Amino acid sequence: MEEKIDKIFKDVIGAGPEVDRAILVYGEIPGWDSVAHMALVAALEQEFDCMLDMDDILDMSSYAKSIEIMKKYV
Amino acid sequence: MSDPLDLGGRVAVVTGASRGIGAAIARVLASHGANLIISGFQNSDRLTSFAAELAAEHGVSVEVHTGHIAEPSTSSALAKIAFSKYRRLDIWVNNAGILKDGLIGMVPDADINETLGVNLAGVLHGTQAAARLMQRAQSGSIVNLTSIIGRVGNTGQLVYGASKAGVIGATLSAAKELAPQSIRVNAVAPGFIDTDMVRQLPADKYDERLQSIGMGRIGTPQEIADAVLFLASDLSRYVTGQVIGVDGGMVI
Repeated sequence: MEEKIDKIFKDVIGAGPEVDRAILVYGEIPGWDSVAHMALVAALEQEFDCMLDMDDILDMSSYAKSIEIMKKYV
Repeated sequence: MSDPLDLGGRVAVVTGASRGIGAAIARVLASHGANLIISGFQNSDRLTSFAAELAAEHGVSVEVHTGHIAEPSTSSALAKIAFSKYRRLDIWVNNAGILKDGLIGMVPDADINETLGVNLAGVLHGTQAAARLMQRAQSGSIVNLTSIIGRVGNTGQLVYGASKAGVIGATLSAAKELAPQSIRVNAVAPGFIDTDMVRQLPADKYDERLQSIGMGRIGTPQEIADAVLFLASDLSRYVTGQVIGVDGGMVI
């Protein structure tokens, strides 16, 4: 699961494996703005064939949180 | 050439579909081939039998959900039915609405909250839920039911008018934000339409309203549904951010 999420972060946010996962925070790292956030959600939903709850979309504020939330859907 | 009104294989959500305008909208969309997810707040039995009737008459699939449209969880549940059963959503009609008249200074807080919750917040929740599914396919049509009162106002309709004017504002904003994704957002503004809602009016008020209609007659739910069909179908594929009055030339 994490490999797939890593690829989505690379494709959507532009944060490849060389970027420290700890600094991947919404609104702080360049490239992760509100528009990118919706694209990230769409990519995650597409990849894992699910539909995220609104609360989870709003809570998905970091890479670590993304992993934690997506565990509920796989 | 394919029929631009053909909705075969498409999936539509209609809120407030148990009676009146919502039921007419559900019927017209089903008659053009759309699979439906219909919702209502009460009358679960009526909604279920209506769904069975539409499915049998038109050979489409009809799912039912009951819930309070002012609660975000209701729209979310409707979108999840579309996702889990069809993996797509093409049309979302925000129809559910209530009418509680009251003169300024005499409107209870509870009526304000309930009217804004159902008529306006319900549309906002529905728009958010619909847009998320439609964004996947980069297409879709959201149709909001506003009212002539939301455009021109009326005595005794402070809250109703505010809620329906809010629907117009939401329609225009959503149309702008979602146009790049080819998701269209439009509104229909009915005038005086023959539903249970207007039958609550005293006889003198009813006659007064009739006299304000250029065409001299009350409208039918079918006439509203036909406008919704236009906006839901490919016939309006380049139309977004519009409010279509369906009021027979009513002047308030």
